[in-house]
Amino acid sequence: MAVQIRVPTPLRRFTGGTDVVSANGSSLREVIDDLERSHPGLRERLLDENGELRRFVNIFINGDDVRFLDQLSSQVKDGDDISIVPAIAGGR
Amino acid sequence: MATTSRSFPRSPAAASQQFLPTARAESVLDLIGNTPLLEIAKVTHGLLRPSVRIFAKLEGFNPGGSVKDRAARKMLQVGLESGALKPGKTIIDSTSGNTGIALAMLGAVLGYPVELVMAANASRERKKIVRAFGAKVTYSDPLEGSDGAILLCREIVAKDPQRYFKPDQYSNEANPLAHFETTGPEVWRQTNGAVTHLVAGLGTGGTAMGVGRYLKSRNPKIRVIGVEPDDPMHGLEGLKHMGSSIVPPIYHEEELDEKISVSTEDAYEMVYALGQIEGILVGQSSGAALIGALAVARELKEGCVVAIFPDLGEKYLSTNLWIGWQSWNRSRLTRLLAKCRNESANATT
Repeated sequence: MAVQIRVPTPLRRFTGGTDVVSANGSSLREVIDDLERSHPGLRERLLDENGELRRFVNIFINGDDVRFLDQLSSQVKDGDDISIVPAIAGGR
Repeated sequence: MATTSRSFPRSPAAASQQFLPTARAESVLDLIGNTPLLEIAKVTHGLLRPSVRIFAKLEGFNPGGSVKDRAARKMLQVGLESGALKPGKTIIDSTSGNTGIALAMLGAVLGYPVELVMAANASRERKKIVRAFGAKVTYSDPLEGSDGAILLCREIVAKDPQRYFKPDQYSNEANPLAHFETTGPEVWRQTNGAVTHLVAGLGTGGTAMGVGRYLKSRNPKIRVIGVEPDDPMHGLEGLKHMGSSIVPPIYHEEELDEKISVSTEDAYEMVYALGQIEGILVGQSSGAALIGALAVARELKEGCVVAIFPDLGEKYLSTNLWIGWQSWNRSRLTRLLAKCRNESANATT
């Protein structure tokens, strides 16, 4: 399953400055594992030492917050649009 | 843990002048500043030497709820004095946070319309608060963060530059000046000149610069320590990871004696501890400031460390800060403090 992932500015140093990348997987966790293979360092920014989504990271699948779906086990399908959104808007 | 009463070196005169609330004010402008200083002794119990103390400057007691009231008031005051802000102008800035609230509040009381550009992922509370003060809000792409809001704000101003007054806290020297004139002298008076270390989070750098300059002018031996997130991808609202950010023109790193990096998770844990042990509900940048203050204080044989707590916690209750707090207990604080000790040991070996 190929999905598109929208990457926020603080993580674009792992994607060569690109704001949209693609990855494969049938669940969000598999997609993140695939992202880590192509863009090493990304997973550590998204997941904590227990492999759970960091508290300050929000991920949306087609606009739906995965915390209200099935967290990292949320299923994805071909063509899904995934957004990684920092929990804070930044600035002051 | 029983509370122990310890005397604090301050003169009765200073106490009577500085700690009594204002009896009556003509304007909300007059309520800005003179915030309390609170000793943080319970969560630090057992970690510090007996003659080392940590105090928090509770900036959440400002009428707009944050330290940003001070900078916003000074920037608008200087704008009015120079004529850059005059009737017919609209105050505009890109800010998702406390500065937006401060500008909205002050615009209301001064009679100026306020427009704010903020990323769409700003917290629900912030969006509601600024609108409650009558400000107009334009939202920018959340994936572009504060830079996206800055660029969109520039576009709006460029279309009609004569219409707007843009304080621009990142490059406006009135920002650190506000702290040189108010926050710094307050800290000096409230500690009766005993302060040895200042710990402040780095956002624009205005607080650390302004308070630091004032304190060093009174005693050059006072050390100024900046606190920043440990990674560009972080959850510490209001703080900037300077290494990966556009450096604000008002920020001069060479004026800091030290910089400490704090993880988002540790700062969140400290927020929970402060609420449940010290009885003070604060935002995550205050949690980060206390982690930084602890890192400094645990190395001292004696000292008076003042940490700036930028705001209180109510406006974060709907945010990710509170994910996972339900399972918090004192053992998590013990783990956090043990981590502090280990890092200290590693740093000294």
